[in-house]
Amino acid sequence: MLENKKMGRIVGVNGNLLTVEFDTSVTQNEVAYALVGDSRLKCEVIRVRGSRADLQIFESSAGLKVGDNVEFTDALLSVKLGPGLLRQVYDGLQNPLEKLAEKAGFFLKRGLYLDPLDYESAWAFTPTAKVGDKLSASDKIGWVPEGIFQHSIMLPFSFKGVWEITEIASAGTYKLNDTMAKVRNSKGEERIVTMVQEWPVKIPISCYKEKLMPTEPMITQMRTIDTFFPVAKGGTFCTPGPFGAGKTVLQHSLSRNAEADVVIIAACGERAGEVVEILREFPHLEDPRTGKPLIDRSIIICNTSSMPVAAREASVYTAVTLAEYYRQMGLNVLLLADSTSRWAQALREMSGRLEEIPGEEAFPAYLESLIASFYERAGLVVLNDGTRGSVTIGGAVSPAGGNFEEPVTQATLKVVGAFLGLSRERSSARRYPAIHPLESWSHYKSIVEEGEIKRAREILRRGNEINQMMKVVGEEGTHIDDFVIYLKSEFLDFVYLQQNTFDEVDAACSAERQKYVFRHVVGVLNDEFRFDDKDAARRFFLELRQLFTDWNYSPFNSDKFKQGEEAIAAKIKERLVNA
Amino acid sequence: MRKVYHKIIQIAGNVITVEADNVAYNDLAEVTSARGTSLAQVIRLQDNKVYLQVFAGSRGISTGDEVRFLGYPMKVSSSTDLLGRVFNGAGRPRDMRPEITSDMIEIGGPSVNPAKRIIPRKMIRTGIPMIDLFNTLVESQKLPIFSVAGEPYNQLLARIAMQAEVDVIILGGMGLKYDDYLYFRNVLDEHGALSRSVLFIHTAADPIVECLLVPDMCLAVAEKYALEKKRVLVLLTDMTNFADAMKEIAITMEQIPSNRGYPGDLYSQLASRYEKAVDFDGAGSITILTVTTMPGDDVTHPIPDNTGYITEGQFYLKNGRIEPFGSLSRLKQQVNGKTREDHRAIMDTMIRFYADYKETLEKQSMGFQMSNWDKKLLRYGVAFEKQMMDLSVNIPLEEALDEGWKILAECFDKTETGIKTELVEKFWPK
Repeated sequence: MLENKKMGRIVGVNGNLLTVEFDTSVTQNEVAYALVGDSRLKCEVIRVRGSRADLQIFESSAGLKVGDNVEFTDALLSVKLGPGLLRQVYDGLQNPLEKLAEKAGFFLKRGLYLDPLDYESAWAFTPTAKVGDKLSASDKIGWVPEGIFQHSIMLPFSFKGVWEITEIASAGTYKLNDTMAKVRNSKGEERIVTMVQEWPVKIPISCYKEKLMPTEPMITQMRTIDTFFPVAKGGTFCTPGPFGAGKTVLQHSLSRNAEADVVIIAACGERAGEVVEILREFPHLEDPRTGKPLIDRSIIICNTSSMPVAAREASVYTAVTLAEYYRQMGLNVLLLADSTSRWAQALREMSGRLEEIPGEEAFPAYLESLIASFYERAGLVVLNDGTRGSVTIGGAVSPAGGNFEEPVTQATLKVVGAFLGLSRERSSARRYPAIHPLESWSHYKSIVEEGEIKRAREILRRGNEINQMMKVVGEEGTHIDDFVIYLKSEFLDFVYLQQNTFDEVDAACSAERQKYVFRHVVGVLNDEFRFDDKDAARRFFLELRQLFTDWNYSPFNSDKFKQGEEAIAAKIKERLVNA
Repeated sequence: MRKVYHKIIQIAGNVITVEADNVAYNDLAEVTSARGTSLAQVIRLQDNKVYLQVFAGSRGISTGDEVRFLGYPMKVSSSTDLLGRVFNGAGRPRDMRPEITSDMIEIGGPSVNPAKRIIPRKMIRTGIPMIDLFNTLVESQKLPIFSVAGEPYNQLLARIAMQAEVDVIILGGMGLKYDDYLYFRNVLDEHGALSRSVLFIHTAADPIVECLLVPDMCLAVAEKYALEKKRVLVLLTDMTNFADAMKEIAITMEQIPSNRGYPGDLYSQLASRYEKAVDFDGAGSITILTVTTMPGDDVTHPIPDNTGYITEGQFYLKNGRIEPFGSLSRLKQQVNGKTREDHRAIMDTMIRFYADYKETLEKQSMGFQMSNWDKKLLRYGVAFEKQMMDLSVNIPLEEALDEGWKILAECFDKTETGIKTELVEKFWPK
């Protein structure tokens, strides 16, 4: 048995880095198993020098000895793709955590790997292709219902060239490993297609016709984002911010309210508690668009900070590969990675152990290109059959010391389409979401008119300038007209930019409502008011703010909403110059 | 009998290197020198070279000294006999009482499966308004006190521990001053809590490497108790000493430093300890409170910075008060919606006004004229600091909320608060 396998032996252990001596051939990034006692510990080859290979081990290396055997597999680190991925909670290597808990109890068990998919589950297959059809990779042969979606069964992405169907299963119920079709290529090579295929995580899935410019907005139901710093379907954005600025709350809010078909949450090196919230709440939260629980459209990849570091590095790739898989079915997928800095730190730890020459802050020199190629896996694509699918990537970044000059933030900013910078200053003042309205930017198109946005931005900028000036010359040295502009910018901030994620109504603001409310807000910004003194102006805006706040808390188009609107109109009339 | 090695080929810092076979990573060894016997742990294997970090330090070790490998990793007793006892950083009794060797468990075990955690939902009441009202502490939370030398952080830690309703208290001291150790012991004793406490104390005078084991031993014991359905509170002070000890070893091992000399895995190392905080699905819980002293009061220093990204908030202790800015409890949203309906509104509003007050103070110090609004804020700020922030205030949450409304009513009109009208109608003092 052992003779058929390619073997090596450990000659060095340094944290999660193994040095292995071998006398066969090894492949860069191939998976290997370290054999200790009766457990097999997964590793990945990350460097080869002469007859020695360096392997990162995805587990704790305690108990390993010099001389222990290592078995090479020839296969790159891969994930299994097929029906049943949705609703799952995986670790970074696609082990189902719920099933691990059933087997191993409270703690993760070293060397215990389980099938990511349930091969005993039965699926109702409907064929859409027929015998004689010529297909290429990713073309659909049929579908099975998976929750609210038609999960396409596709010709595996790894099949090169054109394949003719020689046999296809008729409509009926099948298990994952059953033969759904037999195909043959021009060379006469025959292959079997099942519902499951494998794909190496570090290689993008590229079975599509072309990549398009992302233009259609991905509605997040956050006013600041959709109106001021929009995100497009197939686009990328990052949310850097110091700790405590609300990155995770923002990401959670996006995962609940964003109008995507599938949401994949990659909890990469962050707190386990945060994942638990999603795990426990999503089954009970309803997706207003489908009426089904949110978990039905979600996959959670969870490699929290205390889980092995090397698997953390793999987890973002696992997540993006699953996202690409659902994109291939013509769905819009949102991938939220929290946090990409932990991924970068995992790279740094490994690079340090490999004794590579360090770049800035000891991050490896290839950090930038790795970050770029990760975000480049996002995109809006036209599939072979002409339909469109997209992967949108949003990465949280946790810059050391909250300083955006650090390498991970900078490398990320170069490649994303929108930058939602969270600021300590705003979060300390409890102005949530703490997205900085003057420093953030987006290349994508807003849901409201260009002109209105411009006007609002102008007020924000002027208000900020006046506020700075007031700190020098005092309120008494500020002209009342300037003071009113300052009050208007504060008003805009309070009633529109700020949003209460913990309020049932205010948490999600539909695109329609945003357009409606924003018109009223811009109306106030444009109105000319008459005030006798600054105290009167301040009082007026405080009262107006109160009315708008109550308005934000009332359900859209409800009676309370309409009453609120009337009250606001009456209040504005009191002070309007041309009333 | 295990083989004894006599050839130490390198001694650098607290790390010694011997040539040996069949040694497992992370295992323990006994190093016997003229100074006595010390434990040591395998931290690297390279061909036939074994690198050991010596707990008692390498001072006085000769190249001919004896190294005997024990064949197992570091263990600690998890028996209930530990209650009421005091141990040192190597797990040996510090209280002149016999050693405990029953129920030995390995330290630094695997992490909890996230699927077996539950959402924390029990508030820990402390009687401190700055915590209960503004940054509620929650069972199974991991939370550091960020502070600087000279602040009463150990006193605050002890006070919270005494008021919290938990079954077991485990105190881990790292580089603790002897006086502080005695202080903790006395406080526990006075409150009759010593019999439900376990102390692992590494004092400033002890060998630095021993400090590295303290968190792992505390947490391994805590985990065992929590699985037996106990609610455990772990206190670790001071995590900065722990991180500095790691830095020392990393530099000795010639690791490439990442930031100000700290190893690149500082985040992962701290996280693997803090993440032991847990509320088990079907068993007890572990709450972790620590102290992190910030070198130079700089929150961007790698230790507080990495800690802040790991923990579920922090209490920022400065000038003897818990600062509302910078302090944060990430889990407060889990509980403060269920306490009293005005809790969140009072929390948000009072902090916002306090921020405005700070701005006004700045204006005032620059000699600007104070508007009516400014005067209101000034009045508010003074009341807030006296009736809420002062650490001598010891009142339950409900009283603190009423106090909050009272302060608001004394200083502002109803509309100026920005609170939902319904709440104002219900709670505004008549």
